[in-house]
Amino acid sequence: MSGNVRPRGGFAERTVNGLLEAMERAMLAETNAAGSGWLQRLDPRVKLAGLLSLVTAVAMSHRAEVIAALFGVGIAMAVASRLPLSTLLSGVSLATVAFSSALALPAIFLTPGRTVGTVPVVGWTITAQGLTTAGYLVLRVAATTTLGFLLVFSTRWAHVLKALRAFRVPIVFVVILGMTYRYILLLLEAARDMFDARRSRTVGPLTGGERRRLVTQGAGVLLAKSLHLSGEVFLAMQARGFRGEVYLLDDFVMARADWIALASCAGVALAAVWAGR
Amino acid sequence: MHIPDGYLSPTTCAALYAGAAPFWFVAIRRLERTLHTRLVPRVSLFAAFSFVVMMFNIPLPGGTTGHAVGMALAAIVLGPAGAILAISTALIIQAFFFGDGGITAIGANCFNMAIVGSLVAFVVYRVLAGRAPLDSPRRVVAAGLAGYVAINAAALVTAIEFGLQPLFFRDASGAPLYCPYPLSVAVPAMMIGHLTIAGIAELVLTGGVVAFLQRTDPALLAATAGRGVMAPAGNSAVASGGLRPLWITLGVLLMLTPLGLLAGGAAWGEWQASDFSDPASRQVIAAVSLGQPPPATPPRGLERLSSVWTAPLRDYAPPFLRSAPVGYALSAMFGAGLVILAITGIAALLRVRQRAGTADDTVSL
Repeated sequence: MSGNVRPRGGFAERTVNGLLEAMERAMLAETNAAGSGWLQRLDPRVKLAGLLSLVTAVAMSHRAEVIAALFGVGIAMAVASRLPLSTLLSGVSLATVAFSSALALPAIFLTPGRTVGTVPVVGWTITAQGLTTAGYLVLRVAATTTLGFLLVFSTRWAHVLKALRAFRVPIVFVVILGMTYRYILLLLEAARDMFDARRSRTVGPLTGGERRRLVTQGAGVLLAKSLHLSGEVFLAMQARGFRGEVYLLDDFVMARADWIALASCAGVALAAVWAGR
Repeated sequence: MHIPDGYLSPTTCAALYAGAAPFWFVAIRRLERTLHTRLVPRVSLFAAFSFVVMMFNIPLPGGTTGHAVGMALAAIVLGPAGAILAISTALIIQAFFFGDGGITAIGANCFNMAIVGSLVAFVVYRVLAGRAPLDSPRRVVAAGLAGYVAINAAALVTAIEFGLQPLFFRDASGAPLYCPYPLSVAVPAMMIGHLTIAGIAELVLTGGVVAFLQRTDPALLAATAGRGVMAPAGNSAVASGGLRPLWITLGVLLMLTPLGLLAGGAAWGEWQASDFSDPASRQVIAAVSLGQPPPATPPRGLERLSSVWTAPLRDYAPPFLRSAPVGYALSAMFGAGLVILAITGIAALLRVRQRAGTADDTVSL
C-alpha cells in the first residue's frame, strides 16, 4: 500500500500491481475527500449537479477554445480545493490524454479537408479539419476526466451515492453501488493475497498453459468466494432486520455557499454551451 | 472498449442511456421477483467480483496478456438479468472512480458490454451447451465461445457507434466533433483487436473458470443450464430430473427386444456341444467360418464345461411360456431388473461404507 515503485515483471506481478494501485487510488480519494478545500465543503448534491453540468457543457461545445476554458475551470477548482494537482494530472488526466492522443493522432492525417502541411519522408498530408478534430478529442477527454475526478477526489463515495437519490436514481441501485464499492476493496485485497501467496510458492518460470490455469483458477476461487460471501452478507443483513426495504439517512442541508456554487456552475455551463454552439 | 467522454455526441449518449434504461428496469424487476431480499448482496458481490476480475492480466498464447470483461461468466452464473445489473454496476464505479470509461458514456458502455454482451453470451452459451450435463466438456467449449462471441458483439456495436459520429456531427469547417473515424475505419480497427487479443482473453477466462467450477462447485452452473440438465454425481435433485429420459428409453428398448428373433443365423463362437453333431448346425458353422468345417465331435473341454451350469431361461425362452416374443421381452425385463438391482445394491453398500468412514473421521478429529 506504500507508494514504492515495484519492479514490473510477469503477468502475476502486473496483476498484483494493478490491484494495489486501484486500492491506493481508492484510499487517496477518500483521504482527499476528507480535506477542507472549497469543493470538500460543498453539499455533495451541488457538486454532483454542478460538475455534471460542466461535463455536459464540454460534450456539447463545438469550439476548442471553449472546451479548453472549461478544462481551465476544472484545474482552478482543483487548486481552490487543495487537491494534489500533480496526482490529478499525472495519475489521471495525462494517462487518459496520452491514450486519447494515440487515437487522435491518425485523425490528423485520415480526416479529409484543407491541406496545411505534409510530413517529410512519408509524405502524409495534414489537414486543418484533422488537426481540429484531434484537438476536440484530446481537450474533451482532458476536461471531462478532470471534472469527473474532481467529484471523486472531493466527495466520499457514500455521499456521492446519497446525492444520487436527489436525482431519482432508484434506491435499490444506490444501495447496490454502495455495497459493491465496499466489497471491491475486500475482493481486491483477497485477490492480491491470492496472487502473492501463489507467487511465493512458485519456483522457476511457468509455461503459458500453467499461467493461464493460475489466473482462471484464481478467478474461479474469487467467484466462489464472492457468492459465498453474498450468502453470509445476506444472513447478516437479515439478522439486523433487513426485509428488502432500503432506507438512507439523507441529512444534507443546502447552505448559502452551496446555492452560490450551484448557480456559478450552472452559469458557467450555460455560458459555455452558448459560446461553443 | 470503455468509451471515454468526448468520443460520442451528447445525442448518442442520451439515446444509449434511453436504450439501456428499459433493460435495467426489467432486470431489477425480474431479480426482485426471483431473489427478493437476496438481490442486493448477490448483485453487489458479483459486481465487485466483475470489477476485480477485469483487472486480471490474462496470459495469452504468443506471450502477450489481455484483460477480460467477464460478461459471459456473469451471464452463465447469474443469468442475463443478474449479469446486466452486475456488469453495469462495475462499469459505473469504474467510470466514476477510476476514469475507465466516461461519465457521459456510462449509458453507452453499459449498453454495449452489460446489455449486448450479456445477452449475446447467454444465448450463445445456451445454444451451444444444449442439454449437456453440468460437468460436460461441451459446457467449457460453449462458455469459452460465448465469451469470445459476446465481447466481439459488444465491440462491433461500439465500433458502429464510433463510426456513426463523423456522419452526423461536424463543425462549420467540416471537422468531426467527436470520434473522427468513419465506419470503414472504426469497425476494422475495433474488430482486429477484439477478434485476436481481447476475444481470446475473454475465451480463456470464461472457459477456464467454468472448467474450474465444474470440478469444484458445479452447482454454480446450474441456474442457467436449463431444465432437465444432468448434474454430476451427488446432485440428486437435478439428477433425478435428468434420469427420466433414460428410464423411458430403457422401457422402449425392452419392448423392442423381440425384434432380435427376426434376425437369422447364429452368433459366431456361441455354439453348443450338440451343434457339432447336428448336420444343419454344422452347415451354419462352416458357412460363417470361411468354409472351414467344424470338428466331427465337440471338443472335449467344451463338452465338459458346457454342462457345469444350466441357465433357467435358456435361449431367452422361459420354459413356462409358449410365445417366443413374450418370452424374449420377459427375459429382457428380468435381465435389466437384475442389473439395476445389483447396481442399486452396490451403491447402497458404498454409501454405508462412506458414512462409516465419515463417522470415523469425525471421531478421530
